[in-house]
Amino acid sequence: MEKDKIKIRKFLSRFFRKRELLDDEDIFSLGFVNSLFAMQLVLFIEKEFGIQVDNNDMDLKNFSSINSISQLIQDKRVA
Amino acid sequence: MRIELTREQMEHQEKFREFVSAEIAEGAKQFDQEEKIPDEVIKKISEKGYLGSMISRKYGGMEWDSITIGLLNEEFGKACSSVRSILTVHGMVALAIQRWGRDEQKDYWLPRMAKGEVIGAFGLTEPQVGSDAKSVETTAVKTDGKYILNGTKKWITMGQIADLFLIFAQCEGKVTAFLVPRDAPGLLIKPLGGLIGMRASMTTELKMEDCSIDEVNIIGKIGTGLSHIALSSLDYGRYTVACGCIGIAQACLEQSIRYSRDRIQFGKPLRKYQAIQKMITEMVVNTDAARLLCQKAGYLRDIGDPDSIMQVWTAKYFASIMANKVANNAVQIHGANGCSREYPIERYLRDARIAEIIEGTTQMHEILISSNAVRNY
Repeated sequence: MEKDKIKIRKFLSRFFRKRELLDDEDIFSLGFVNSLFAMQLVLFIEKEFGIQVDNNDMDLKNFSSINSISQLIQDKRVA
Repeated sequence: MRIELTREQMEHQEKFREFVSAEIAEGAKQFDQEEKIPDEVIKKISEKGYLGSMISRKYGGMEWDSITIGLLNEEFGKACSSVRSILTVHGMVALAIQRWGRDEQKDYWLPRMAKGEVIGAFGLTEPQVGSDAKSVETTAVKTDGKYILNGTKKWITMGQIADLFLIFAQCEGKVTAFLVPRDAPGLLIKPLGGLIGMRASMTTELKMEDCSIDEVNIIGKIGTGLSHIALSSLDYGRYTVACGCIGIAQACLEQSIRYSRDRIQFGKPLRKYQAIQKMITEMVVNTDAARLLCQKAGYLRDIGDPDSIMQVWTAKYFASIMANKVANNAVQIHGANGCSREYPIERYLRDARIAEIIEGTTQMHEILISSNAVRNY
């Protein structure tokens, strides 16, 4: 999971350049992202980790922090 | 790096050209004047499988790559932007279902949409809400296993013939997407006409007065209507509008070259004049530049790259402005003939004008592209 988190943090750094994100920090509450971010994040997760995000995963909590994104990826790999 | 079409893509392109030439190009002027695409034309488009171009083979679609879909939209756009618009809005609904729908929704709707038995239309814009989509005023309230929708949608492309609408409404205070069949009780459909361009896109106003749909008709989850569903649909919409703009520009360019060869003034053809040569040069270069931007966007879409989203914004921004410039030059080269219905140039100019509004205005593109650039550099 640590390797996943490094990749996720690197991707998110494009949107949060001036801030060192904590693993459990709510990225949607920080106000840095625009309306396109959610889909960019979905595409990143699918391409980088080879999983398909679908309707069952559409809970913002799954995408709200580095920890939760990493957990989603882990869960999808197991499923 | 290689920038060239595959053999298969070229074969598709040739078939698209043959179809458009035989079934659309001749009638485009009449469609525009009558503000209607004849049923038999839509039937022929369906029979070719073009309405399933973006749908997975699993559901009976063609599942073409984005470059091929771009070629299809360019060829349609070259003849008639109104006909091209059915590919756009139908695909936006189909892809929303395919990407975010439940299995039962996919199994029911997608095979029908792939065959063209069901036509989709996208319902986001309202009389008081355009670019500020999060402020839609239509509401959806869950009651006894149904969602009850109230509100008005406006400028809904293909609404006159659509069987299924993807409607965005406030549900529990959050924008949410719903599938609303044409026969849903409380859905009233009023045709709109008199647009500056894309006059045969059969736009409508939709009034929902206690419009009742089954609760299973929600797409995605409450609150994901804009962030996931509308934005992924609009990504496809923007891409296909951008490719359609290349078609408009290519048509203007080819007709302007033909005209500048044939038209004699002061004893020589127009093409001999440097002012005309300058305009044609700009038309060639701008059309080619837009095509390259679209091809890059198509490539990034096909590899699922997160940057594809901004690349599509970039391509649509450039291509729609470019189509207006090129169509304006075409009018100028044609002179009074370019202002007349006798030539298709005035229709291309009017259609191009619409492309700077739909699927995000030029100004919304400037906000997003510039803010993205400021963040990245």
